[in-house]
Amino acid sequence: MSTRLSSTGRLIDRSQKISFSFNGKNFSGFKGDTLASALLANDQILLGRSFKYHRPRGVVSSGSEEPNALVNLGDGGMFEPNQRTTTTELFDGLSATSQNHWPSLEFDVGAINQYLSRFLPAGFYYKMFIHPRPFWKYIYEPFIRQSAGLGKAPSEKDASTYEHFYAFYDIVVVGGGVAGLQAALTAAKSGKKILLIEQTAHWGGRAPVDGGEVNGQPLDKFVDKCVAVLASMENVTMRTRMMGAGVYDHGYLIAYERLSDHKPEASGPRHRLWRIRTGSIIIATGAIERPLVFSDNDKPGVLLASALRDYIVDYGVSVGDRTVVVTNNDDAYLTAIAVKNAGLEVSAIIDARPNGAGELGEKAKALGISVKAGKGIAKVLGSKRVTGVAICAQAGEGAVLEEIPCDCVAMSGGWSPVVHLYSHCGGKLLWDEEKLMFHPDAHNYPKNHNGKPFILPAGAVSGRMDLSEVLRDATKVGSKAVDSKKTSKPPSARMRVDAPIEAVWMMPQGAGIKLRSKAWLDFQNDVKVSDVQLAAQEGFQSVEHAKRYTTLGMATDQGKLSNINGLATLAASLNAPIPEVGTTTFRPPYTPISMGSIAGLARDEVFQPIRQTPIHVWHEEQGAYMEPVGQWRRPYCYPRTGESYADAVEREINQTRGSLGLIDASTLGKLLIKGPDAAKFLDMLYTNMMSRLKVGKCRYGLMCNENGFLSDDGVVARIDKETFLCHTTSGGADYIHAHMEEWLQTEWWDWKVYVANVTEQFAQVGVVGPNARAVLEKLGGMDVSKDALGFMEWKDGQIGGFKARAYRISFSGELSYEIAVPANQGLAFWQALLEAGQEFGVMPYGTEALHVMRAEKGFIMIGDETDGTVIPQDLGMNWSISQKKTDFLGKRAQERSYMVDVNRWRLVGLQTTDGSVIPDGAYAVGQGRNANGQKNTIGRVTSTYYSPTLQRGIAMGLVHKGPERLGEIIDFPKVDGTIVKVKIVDQVFYDKDGEKQNV
Amino acid sequence: MLIFECPYCGVHAEESELSPGGEAHLKRFGPGSDDADFESYLFIRENPKGVHFERWRHSNGCGKWFHAARCTMTLEVFGTYVAQTFEPPQDLKEKITAKRPGWSWRDFS
Repeated sequence: MSTRLSSTGRLIDRSQKISFSFNGKNFSGFKGDTLASALLANDQILLGRSFKYHRPRGVVSSGSEEPNALVNLGDGGMFEPNQRTTTTELFDGLSATSQNHWPSLEFDVGAINQYLSRFLPAGFYYKMFIHPRPFWKYIYEPFIRQSAGLGKAPSEKDASTYEHFYAFYDIVVVGGGVAGLQAALTAAKSGKKILLIEQTAHWGGRAPVDGGEVNGQPLDKFVDKCVAVLASMENVTMRTRMMGAGVYDHGYLIAYERLSDHKPEASGPRHRLWRIRTGSIIIATGAIERPLVFSDNDKPGVLLASALRDYIVDYGVSVGDRTVVVTNNDDAYLTAIAVKNAGLEVSAIIDARPNGAGELGEKAKALGISVKAGKGIAKVLGSKRVTGVAICAQAGEGAVLEEIPCDCVAMSGGWSPVVHLYSHCGGKLLWDEEKLMFHPDAHNYPKNHNGKPFILPAGAVSGRMDLSEVLRDATKVGSKAVDSKKTSKPPSARMRVDAPIEAVWMMPQGAGIKLRSKAWLDFQNDVKVSDVQLAAQEGFQSVEHAKRYTTLGMATDQGKLSNINGLATLAASLNAPIPEVGTTTFRPPYTPISMGSIAGLARDEVFQPIRQTPIHVWHEEQGAYMEPVGQWRRPYCYPRTGESYADAVEREINQTRGSLGLIDASTLGKLLIKGPDAAKFLDMLYTNMMSRLKVGKCRYGLMCNENGFLSDDGVVARIDKETFLCHTTSGGADYIHAHMEEWLQTEWWDWKVYVANVTEQFAQVGVVGPNARAVLEKLGGMDVSKDALGFMEWKDGQIGGFKARAYRISFSGELSYEIAVPANQGLAFWQALLEAGQEFGVMPYGTEALHVMRAEKGFIMIGDETDGTVIPQDLGMNWSISQKKTDFLGKRAQERSYMVDVNRWRLVGLQTTDGSVIPDGAYAVGQGRNANGQKNTIGRVTSTYYSPTLQRGIAMGLVHKGPERLGEIIDFPKVDGTIVKVKIVDQVFYDKDGEKQNV
Repeated sequence: MLIFECPYCGVHAEESELSPGGEAHLKRFGPGSDDADFESYLFIRENPKGVHFERWRHSNGCGKWFHAARCTMTLEVFGTYVAQTFEPPQDLKEKITAKRPGWSWRDFS
């Protein structure tokens, strides 16, 4: 039975009862409990099932390293899987359910797997499921997916809110234990700006549990004093429930603050992600106790010695009346003493070392505790919980000497420094043969941009395990962090006299296969000693390979308990020293952080800023169907009641071609290029000769990158001798602006040219259709007659009282004006046009109508006909490539052998023989098959639409030697297996001679 | 995650302000160049373990392109300088020599 003790409980408040539920059963705990301590207090020792074998599992730790006791927490919008009970603070109404079992936690069908474990060794999935190949997709994968995974994914949208903080400090101290407090206190005297963070709700770390005296005072008092002094200092910020999640280059630290996990009724964000830039980071993250590796070390009731100590001292919880302590070091004796002091029984201390412990051994013996030196555990008795242990000689092979009945086994295999944050940024580790741990290499701390070490470990993380050493080290590091010449005097504590730890990587050392295949390394992913040995035997000798083959350390706990035991096992199998095998890579975050905190406020409508034209509100009021174009939202079409989108597009096109349409073209990029060298600059950017363009004229131009590929297109207007206005694609303005700046700043920096992006300074409206001139004349002002404003000309003036610049350009093939007005008058101008256009049946049209009309005319669209591998020559646009210019961006690349290959796919029009629309993205197939047995492709569709004007499907595409094959019929297979027959035709489907636009 | 001091505006800029621009001091080869030179200009890049020269843009700041010299192994930044130059300034080269004696990068040392 695990139960609540009547006396101890440093962190709980027995006057405040809290009710909660687990698997639908109601329980109660106290304020200050974790979910784990409260469940243990209610004799709920079985908390979950393991990942692979569905073995019953209970709590093994008392902190963030917990691999077993994970639960689903909350419901609905607050549901979260894989939450560690050991770090979940209890609150009223908490509801949790256990994971990874069916039909119930107590009776789990999947547990059959443990009897099959002989047939499920390391690499089982790789070996078993590779043949026959087609089985993977339809049989194996769906089956494995259904049975794998711990918690379930939430089904509802997260109801909580999250935020980011940006913060700047001189020093951040990660870890609020004795080392962190002392280092912060020492550094804070300098007056520098300091942040001290602690992942739990309490200051002092585990030192108050382990006890001791500082400067002659009990440790609790020392911690309280440190906290009080730090809290009174203006230059110090302190935060609990905040974890250092990741350390990145140049003093960048990500920290994760849990604001209301422990009080869900509180308002405000649930988690906060701190993005901190700091001069240096003092890592005082302490150490985590390691399990010992013996047969059945995963049974509920077997837990870390330090964890048992925590449950007794901090929470007043007994895991069982009779405890067996098993250890290879002195520290576990503290647990035996704590158990005894709580009035419970220690059945025995089983110490693998023949000579036992130092002064703590004497103390234990004085309390009447029996110590069995040189012994080990052969196996643990009991099924769903511990009922006893069988003892053997550690030096032997596991022959049972005696059985000791007990309810709880407290194990300690030594301590592993929490070097994660130190290692994130490339910190090197050293293996300490005496203490049996990896700790930071003091000569190799990660450096910042000035070449100075910026990550400074302090205390147990550096392998300083004794309180006196911790205080000395923390004081030294605190001074070093502020470059203090003065040495502060560390607080004094008595040094404990310990016997040395002994390497025990397998208990007993000569354990046979039967024991080894029940000795767990990684509890969460069910990796045993025998699995790692098999991996080594099969050639997975690198620690990174062995990890992936066995999944050791790959679970949600990222191997916090299992890593060192695992690689020591691997080293032993390879007969290599531990430092030679090395560790796997530590990667952020230290423990999982919520996806919500990573997103912060960037969700829903503030996920990305949306750019709006001056006419945007009107489109929305009309119920336009909007589509994203870059960061803009543009109307796709304006459906009327009862109309489908396709109906609306057809109506808009017919009315535009028949009378008058309007389009909001404000999103078009507008870049002003000005200066004595502006013409020379544009000659380098565009493939055609912009310097010859006359003032008052417009010219369509193509822009390529240095690789020769088309990157943008648009109409350029020459405003005066030294000024041009370049139109870019809607999505391309910022990119092309940056492209121009790059060349001006880094290659032609002596050219006198300025570029300004004036896209948002103007609203631009396309006035399109046979009545375009009539409506403008009705508004009055500027002379827009053919003689006064010819095709491909522009003019400044007034239209209907608006200051306007009119460009006579056409992307639809109709008589068309694009009129730019100051942005703040855009909406008024648009409405004036609508009103004046009423007599012509004016209709606004959207981007789809725009696309269809340009395709009817055979005009290309950047991003449809181009994809970053297409050169202007592929599109038959040689007419726009100047032969007179000696240089322009892309010219040299277009001379490369592959670019002039006659076998390139080139642009043609495509017309189905049955009038249907070719599916978007369809490929044409020709004769023969390729090396993979697939039919050879000879072309693909780039644009495909239903043309209301021609009343059939039209398309453009890139086809092998396309223009030489006009009239030929080629095959486009469809997804449904049928083939559509397509005739290669000229790409201009409508008004080839341009009679309609040039009136 | 790197911090560079923008040589134009003096701001110590970080990842939310900077955009990387690849290797610095490339010589442009245009029409008339032979295939090997053009290939090298477009595609062949240094990949040093140690001293490296790169282009960066203070894109969400003053908008200027600049050059940075840094160590690819330790991420130490030796210095930044304006982009309107064909080689790193002499004092920067000397500073690098003091920290990484015997360094060389393309034709610079």
